[in-house]
Amino acid sequence: MIIKTNNFQDILNIAIEKNKRLYEVCEMLEADNSEISTEEVRDRVKHILDSMKSAIKEGLNSEEKSVSGLCGNDCAKLVKKYKDGKSLFSKTYQNVLKYSLATIEQNARMGKIAACPTAGSCGIVPSVIIAIAESLDANEEIQINSLITAGLIGKIISNKLALAGAVAGCQSECGVAAAMAAAGLVEMYNGTNEQIINAAALTLKNIMGLVCDPVAGLVEVPCVKRNAFMSIYAVTGAELAMADIKSVIPIDEIVDAMVQVGEMMSPKLKESSEAGLAATPSGIKITEELADKWNQ
Amino acid sequence: MEKVKTLFDIIGPVMIGPSSSHTAGAVRIGLIAGNIFGEIPSKVRFRMYNSFAKTGKGHGTDRGLLGGILGMDVDNDSIKKAFDNAKKLGVDYEFEYLEDYNRHPNSADIILEHPDLPKMEISGISKGAGEVAITKINGYKFNINGDFDTLILIYKDKPGMVYRVTALLQGQNINIASMHCDRNAKGQEASMGICLDGVLPQYVIDELAKIDEVYLIRNIEMLKK
Repeated sequence: MIIKTNNFQDILNIAIEKNKRLYEVCEMLEADNSEISTEEVRDRVKHILDSMKSAIKEGLNSEEKSVSGLCGNDCAKLVKKYKDGKSLFSKTYQNVLKYSLATIEQNARMGKIAACPTAGSCGIVPSVIIAIAESLDANEEIQINSLITAGLIGKIISNKLALAGAVAGCQSECGVAAAMAAAGLVEMYNGTNEQIINAAALTLKNIMGLVCDPVAGLVEVPCVKRNAFMSIYAVTGAELAMADIKSVIPIDEIVDAMVQVGEMMSPKLKESSEAGLAATPSGIKITEELADKWNQ
Repeated sequence: MEKVKTLFDIIGPVMIGPSSSHTAGAVRIGLIAGNIFGEIPSKVRFRMYNSFAKTGKGHGTDRGLLGGILGMDVDNDSIKKAFDNAKKLGVDYEFEYLEDYNRHPNSADIILEHPDLPKMEISGISKGAGEVAITKINGYKFNINGDFDTLILIYKDKPGMVYRVTALLQGQNINIASMHCDRNAKGQEASMGICLDGVLPQYVIDELAKIDEVYLIRNIEMLKK
């Protein structure tokens, strides 16, 4: 049986018809398409979740720089600051921020991470789901439900929008990751299917047009710090949606608009490092210094 | 053929960073190329082009390609130490960094040597999000992306070869997902790449290898994803 699930309305309709939560619909479709059981789908998600937790743990304990030397010790600075006890954030949000930097720095130093949806945006979903699950004492099953919900959001978006900075800019990487995290968080709080979709919609609207302009073409500047920002931003999307605040523009139309904006975006702002931050005097200087270093 | 996306294309793969196209993609190109060659080479030369050449050192593209050749998959912690591992195994490696805008932005040629095997040259591209394709083997066009078990043949071009190969596959009731043939000139050498929906038993591969006109045969397993 092939069920048409090209857009969010299709998925919501199935959920309403079958009286299921979105993660249950996703599990069912995934099991059907891959000819495996829903238990096996959940086992695979658990493996991803475990890898995310390992990346956080390793990242929190490392100050090793990336191959380029451009990043690698910012998470350690946060850890130190929080040991001193001073912060505007509660413990939960401190952890969201720390876990996000821990993961994305682990990526930059050639550590092991789970792409989510991409390597350059790998800190956002795990930091939100894992840090907040810890504070709620949410068990592993709940975390898996949350991660499947996040994955479903990315999967439906990717039916229309290529999740690659080179095709549609960073809106399609860190932007989509934030929408996934927001939706996963609403699932963790047992919000309604509509609230889950709204969390993704509200989050996506606010990152429309985000460019991909990495210095020297590396997944480091601005990607590392952007992961930290986006993690906290995703929490905002979930918070608004759980207050029943609705996106005026339906999510399927938002995704169409992102595709359009991605097509209109100059190729110079799509991972080619020919404009934006990469082309600033400082960006160019770093690029030249690295080229010299590597030509030796 | 557009692959149907699964949940695990979005959450995952578990991989060594920092880039799905420049690191994981490089590992996969190396891994498939190594499987096609069939042995850990004694000598391997990589020609990296364009973005691979420009940003490859910072992204670990060089270590990824080499790690793949040594049999490492995208989540192998040793990718970072691929240079050391190669030295320990006595693999002589070399990288060239080139610009050629007729080539795909993320592409590499891999030239593999081993005392017991004919030298091979394999080219690949990284298409983004960890998706890759082997585009050329010894000058013949292929399109091997690791999504299927793939049978690769290079043989003397003569009538009836496609029938002889596919008849043996049909005997196993294995469906062909896609097939691609190429040749250098009529009556000389030709190539065949066949993506399969099932697993080909070894004895069928042995049967195919017995065909006089077949110079090279490899059955490449699909990538773990």
